Amino acid sequence: MARYLVRRLLQAVAVLWAAYTISFIVLYLLPSDPVSIMANGGQGEQNSVDPAQLAKLRAEYGFDKPLIVQYVDQLGRALRGDFGRSVQNGQPVTTTIRQALPQTLQLAGFALVLAIVVGGGLAFLATYTRRRWLGEALLALPPVGVSLPSFWVGLMLVELLSFHWRLLPALGNAGFSSLVLPAVTMALPTAAVIAQLLAKSLKRTLAEPYVETARAKGLRPITVHLRHAMRNAVLPTLTVSGMVVGHIFAGSVVVETVFSRNGVGRITATAVDFQDIPVVQGVVVLGALVFVAINLAVDLLYPLLDPRITAIPTTVR
Amino acid sequence: MSEPLLEPLRIHLDVEPAPEIDVVRRRGRTFRFLLHRPGLLVAIVIVVLVLLAAFAPGIFTSQNPIVGVPAHKLQPPSRAHIFGTDELGRDLFARVVHGAALSLKATIIAVSVAFVVGGLIGLLAGFVGRWVEDVLMRFVDVLLSIPGLLLSLAVVTALGYGTIKVAIAVGVASVASFARVTRAEVLRVRQAVYVEAARSIGARWYAVLFRHVLPNAIGPALVLATLEFGTAILAVSSLSFLGYGAQPPAPEWGSLISDGRNYLANSWWLSTLPGVVIAAAVLATNRISRALDGEWVKQR
Repeated sequence: MARYLVRRLLQAVAVLWAAYTISFIVLYLLPSDPVSIMANGGQGEQNSVDPAQLAKLRAEYGFDKPLIVQYVDQLGRALRGDFGRSVQNGQPVTTTIRQALPQTLQLAGFALVLAIVVGGGLAFLATYTRRRWLGEALLALPPVGVSLPSFWVGLMLVELLSFHWRLLPALGNAGFSSLVLPAVTMALPTAAVIAQLLAKSLKRTLAEPYVETARAKGLRPITVHLRHAMRNAVLPTLTVSGMVVGHIFAGSVVVETVFSRNGVGRITATAVDFQDIPVVQGVVVLGALVFVAINLAVDLLYPLLDPRITAIPTTVR
Repeated sequence: MSEPLLEPLRIHLDVEPAPEIDVVRRRGRTFRFLLHRPGLLVAIVIVVLVLLAAFAPGIFTSQNPIVGVPAHKLQPPSRAHIFGTDELGRDLFARVVHGAALSLKATIIAVSVAFVVGGLIGLLAGFVGRWVEDVLMRFVDVLLSIPGLLLSLAVVTALGYGTIKVAIAVGVASVASFARVTRAEVLRVRQAVYVEAARSIGARWYAVLFRHVLPNAIGPALVLATLEFGTAILAVSSLSFLGYGAQPPAPEWGSLISDGRNYLANSWWLSTLPGVVIAAAVLATNRISRALDGEWVKQR
């Protein structure tokens, strides 16, 4: 088990390193000149800047060195937790992200809980009900959920609930009531994905012989459904949890822009506006970190949830 | 002497009308298939309408999408302006119709980038195998570990703004899934007897690859491409909503919604109606791809 753990950890670190490298390649090799943008205060391309000043800035940020040297330098610093400084205000990237992170975590956490409750509930109801039309109607919802542009859903919620009925605040970071609309917006596509996967997996599980046995024993349908079928049906959906959480995290870029909330997503959107490469890179690596960490956690939890899988770590050795 | 000659002739006559019946029967089957799925029929109609709007916007509207009548600004939907007008008095319906071309172009570019690049990676990985496969598939794993929207944003940061750049960014984010699907299929096809046969009669590797493996392995990637259309429409409109797509006067579906955002409290139609059009287009393409993926194959 310990060896398995170490191997999985090393794998996770390798993926993170590769994600860092890919983001470096994308951001630094593609045609864009961060220095001239910086000198213009982020206002697009102009040519009224003193070349000497440009050269000075280049030297300051190390852009005058060969790319490979820049890469090694930056990677070395990133390993020590230093992702460079924001081009917009000179603040360290890690500080910028750390300050914004709690807001986004709050929002994303709430959205994730909502998505699991709504998506799981929908899958449960759709497979549990005896009325065929109800089951079919419920299962028709998730495809709609994944087809709606989330920024549009957010705007519609603001329009109806804030402007029309004046129930909830439209914008800002003030308290729980301002969290509801963005969280619902963020949760919707994820809930739809969860509902689709879980309903499919539940249907397959319900057709298995052991469920029939449980029914034949005379257990109450709800017990069979929740205690016997649901437990096994949830397992396959766990494998996509890294993707789901990563998706919610990335969705904060859109949702925080729609609701004018401060957070990592908002920082990312402005960083793209200013071509603030260090900040964008920091967020990309953070996104990969979220994905990798969740996947690692699921992999390690899996044997606990499904005793059949405990065999793998010992045989792999 | 004439007896044996007549036999094959009669068989020949028997066979002759058969293909015609087959065509008729097949046509009837397609018709029945669609009739049992009114949703799919509606989806096809919507996609055709979007295509028409993209290639011949004049069919739907004669109004100018760029220049408005300031006196008619912010009018709610009416007979003259079925989607209402915006803050400059431009007809919103005309803007949505003309925006279809930009949005469709971006979507097609995005899907093609993902299909071609991802497909080539998958094909190479599956066909060559060994360390090439290992390297390529690890690379794909890493691409998958970066949430799609963030990867797109990184590409936009590097490339800059514009419809085509946004489209490329969206395509890059989907390369990984195409690579996986193609590789899995190539691995399956590579085991097939006809590939072994082609190899054993001494066909060159590129002949085996392009004449035998590729045509048989491309199916799942094509289905994924139709599914990707819906995803790409959403991703492109998200990025253009954030302001990275077409620049102001040009109408693009996502930026129409963000333009309307400032007038949300008073002029609901500005954001609502373009969003309905996007949602309808995505729903329609998703419905069609679902039909291609499972139902049609199951029916036959």
